[in-house]
Amino acid sequence: MLILKDLGKTYVNGVRALDAVSLDVPPGEIVAVVGGSGCGKSTLLRLVSGLDRPTDGGVVLDGDEITAPHERIGMVFQEPRLLPWLTVAGNVGFGLAALAAGERDRRVAAQLARVGLADKAAVWPRELSGGQAQRVALARALVTRPEVLLLDEPFSALDAFTRADLQDHLLDLWHDAEPTLVVVTHDVDEAIALADRIVVMRPRPGRIAAEIAVDLPRPRDRDSAVWDAVKRQVLAALNGAREGRPTATAEAAAAWW
Amino acid sequence: MTADADTLRIAAPAQAGASGRPRRKEGRRRWRGVALGLAGPVAAAAGWELAVRAGLSDGRLVPPPSRIAETFADLAATGELARHTVATVLRVAAGFGLGALAGTLMGAIAGHSGLARSLVDPTLQALRAIPSIAWVPLFILWLGIFEASKVALIAVGVFFPVYLGVMGAILSVDRKIVEVGRIFRLSGPAMVRRILLPAVLPGYVVSLRAGLGLGWMFVVAAEFMGASEGLGYLLVDGQQLGKPAEIVAAIVAFAVIGKTTDWLLVAATAPFLRWEDVVAQGETG
Ligand SMILES: Nc1ncnc2c1ncn2[C@@H]1O[C@H](COP(=O)(O)OP(=O)(O)OP(=O)(O)O)[C@@H](O)[C@H]1O
Ligand SMILES: [Mg+2]
Repeated sequence: MLILKDLGKTYVNGVRALDAVSLDVPPGEIVAVVGGSGCGKSTLLRLVSGLDRPTDGGVVLDGDEITAPHERIGMVFQEPRLLPWLTVAGNVGFGLAALAAGERDRRVAAQLARVGLADKAAVWPRELSGGQAQRVALARALVTRPEVLLLDEPFSALDAFTRADLQDHLLDLWHDAEPTLVVVTHDVDEAIALADRIVVMRPRPGRIAAEIAVDLPRPRDRDSAVWDAVKRQVLAALNGAREGRPTATAEAAAAWW
Repeated sequence: MTADADTLRIAAPAQAGASGRPRRKEGRRRWRGVALGLAGPVAAAAGWELAVRAGLSDGRLVPPPSRIAETFADLAATGELARHTVATVLRVAAGFGLGALAGTLMGAIAGHSGLARSLVDPTLQALRAIPSIAWVPLFILWLGIFEASKVALIAVGVFFPVYLGVMGAILSVDRKIVEVGRIFRLSGPAMVRRILLPAVLPGYVVSLRAGLGLGWMFVVAAEFMGASEGLGYLLVDGQQLGKPAEIVAAIVAFAVIGKTTDWLLVAATAPFLRWEDVVAQGETG
């Protein structure tokens, strides 16, 4: 169980990026975090990952207080952040340095096959397309078998085609070990495609504005009426979350978004 | 975008798209570039040779290639060429070693710690503004006219590009990539070995090459200030005795050895920089 308790973060420049965020995420749940730019989504993930320390509250995973990066918490960033001096296989095996070479190679090969890039093992990151690079980044995070995987707008730099593909692919990969996923996204459709629960945030300071359960069976049909209903609900919450604007109709919100 | 190819690959992951890179073709293209680059100088040399043979010029001040080759062969046969070359190479090696070592250490310290940078960088930048040849009289006063002052001058020339290169490379290491190391909980030494060193290496090699180039420049200056052997001595000797062929032979020797040492440096580091190849080839292609 991943527990965020009264998380708050004030940066050294005085910006209150996050305030009193509490969230319990049971094992295996997929949570999507949506919200406008600057409402603290990345800050939230960085605190959970242990890359940054909160100024208030804390993060606890199965009883361990997270104060630094943790071996059971993985992270995928918006950019693939592959190490250019390592081959694709070298990148995927980066977090497995403690394993014997044979075991490491075996796991890397299996994971690469799993993301459909077995034929790219010996290739340099420069030679990959954006979608392939992000799949390598996914493989690098998943190969260590994290209990919690944090993804910060992982597909936002990709074109719509590749993005939809990778969303399906992520769900498929999730079935392997069913880790807890926390996905930050700007894209409401992406949130609905992936999540069991959508957390809507609002800015200044970053807080949770609403939580919306997505009880749709998988695979989910993007053209269905229930999808649209959930989408309207999320957009309304997003719209209400933006300060200084009167609550408008979901249609207007959709246009703005 | 390559989205379509990407999508196809997802649909058929088993399809082996063995990424055959056209190495052969690139190799041929590179040779073509070399040949084109050589065309001008070779034509000029051949033209001059023919002009002298035809009696259009006596070639006394500008010796034709054949006379330079002759002088070269003579110098090589008597062992003079080897003696002077060894003397020069040893000076450059000593000066480059000292300068590169000092530059690497100072650059690493200044790149690592903001406090150290504030302490030493302004001073070093001020010293760098001094034309290095201006140190010569002082070095001779301090270190005598023999090897020590020559090596010191070369070392000063090598130091600055290496210092600046190492500091710059360390400062420009991508924070985002360091975070990847943190996420995988690398210890301090592992972070240096697995993230920082590889990230810094390309910039470091560039700065070493720049330093080596300056080392070859400064050895000439050092040997002008009074030497009894060395390729720079051959230059002075050729001028004083009115032997242009000897001067040109020495220049050619400088060019060949300078290029060879640069190539050795590149070859020695190439195995660690193979990942950069792709870009380099893409640019020349
Ligand atoms: N390192 C930092 N130092 C100071 N302020 C920061 C820092 N990182 C973020 N902030 C501020 O904290 C607030 C939240 O930023 P954060 O990056 O978490 O937002 P976000 O929701 O991820 O935005 P986006 O959707 O644009 O990625 C912003 O006002 C931002 O300017
Ligand atoms: Mg963000």
